[in-house]
Amino acid sequence: MMGVDLSTLGGLSDTAALFGRGLVITLELLVVSTVLAMVLAVPLAVARLSANPFFRWPAFAYSAFFRGTPLLVQIFLFYYGLSQFPWIRQSIAWPFLRDAFPCAQVVLTLNMVAYVAEVVRGGIMAVPSGEKEAALSVGMGPFLMYRRIILPRAFRLMLPALSNEVAIQLKSTSLACTITLLDVTGVGRRLAAASYSTEPLIVAGVIYMILAFLIGRVFKLAEARLSFQRRA
Amino acid sequence: MALFGYEAQLLQGILVTLEVAVASAVFGVLLGILGAAAKLSRHAWISRPVGAVTDLLRGIPEFLILLICYFGLTNLLTGWFGTRVDISPFAGGVFALSIVFGAYASEAFRGAFLGVSAGQLEAAHAFGMRPLQVFFRIHLPQAWRLALPSLNNQWQNVIKDSSLVSIVGLEDLMRKAQIGAQVTKHPFNFYIAAALVYLLLLTLSNPLFNLLERRAGRGLRRR
Repeated sequence: MMGVDLSTLGGLSDTAALFGRGLVITLELLVVSTVLAMVLAVPLAVARLSANPFFRWPAFAYSAFFRGTPLLVQIFLFYYGLSQFPWIRQSIAWPFLRDAFPCAQVVLTLNMVAYVAEVVRGGIMAVPSGEKEAALSVGMGPFLMYRRIILPRAFRLMLPALSNEVAIQLKSTSLACTITLLDVTGVGRRLAAASYSTEPLIVAGVIYMILAFLIGRVFKLAEARLSFQRRA
Repeated sequence: MALFGYEAQLLQGILVTLEVAVASAVFGVLLGILGAAAKLSRHAWISRPVGAVTDLLRGIPEFLILLICYFGLTNLLTGWFGTRVDISPFAGGVFALSIVFGAYASEAFRGAFLGVSAGQLEAAHAFGMRPLQVFFRIHLPQAWRLALPSLNNQWQNVIKDSSLVSIVGLEDLMRKAQIGAQVTKHPFNFYIAAALVYLLLLTLSNPLFNLLERRAGRGLRRR
């Protein structure tokens, strides 16, 4: 835990420094979970679309659980709930799950995977079937077809939806402060409690607005770059 | 799965969760309709600020909005009345969740109001209906049908987001699970039970919305 000496509050530079550190934590949570989720979402989406029920059903159950329950419950289930089992406390994953920061990363990732997999699934289904047939007819195996034809095509189709998911994930990271992390919301809460005022929370809100705006711009740029073939 | 006699407590929590969600959804729908009307207004001094506020509410984390409403309202009322005024977690929670619901619903209703064909409204006016009659008898019922799928989404979100109000002390399902977890030292049992109840609530609301959607579309020819 970072020590916050509340007696030194009041100076503007201290407040800025605290929000700066909070911003770093928020961004770390956002970037790491988003990157991991995008990678893991692909196999989950493919499993959801599989004809084999041994892949399809577990993928469906995973998706239903993580999309159908509050993120707060998921965070508490992992951070507090798993400690109930001695075999988990003795496992190699425990040092990881015991600490709030990696635990928040894990849950935020697991949660986002379920949502992004739905987007990827939609993207895969939106690839014209003629392109899949063409890939198969030139002798590509399913793995090669996914890697060279379907996924690159699907990725471009799903960029707008992904941009949405990242904006939502930014908001989700604010729940990390419920397990003691001092992200932007956590810092806002601390300072608000110390000063009996709402202003620090509003400052936190402004920071989130700026971040959301920047995420939107980054994705607009990515879309413009990736659609060059269509315009050419 | 052992819940150590906390079943009745959890049941009470479920009722509180539903109360918060239903109240927020009802206020949210009303705010959404008003917000959509404002955004569609011909006057920029109405549509612009309302559009900005709904963008703000959709861009800031729900949890932060809840904290701002809960502590902000307390500070504001305390300042107005000069003595310490505490608002209940229920009121603060419903306030915050309603304005978030309203912000999203206003987008849904805006699209839905635009989606009703102009001919319908012209016909209603031609029949001599007054503007309010046109709105309640022609415009709103048809827009309602178009907005329902999005409202279903928002309803699911408001049930999930209601769990956040437990953090400011509301004794909802989440808070009851937390109490059970702390007292019995079996946190997994309680949190997984809470998760499954939320999942059940969301699953059960799907047939309800199917019913509403069928009712809202009853005037349309079946294809």
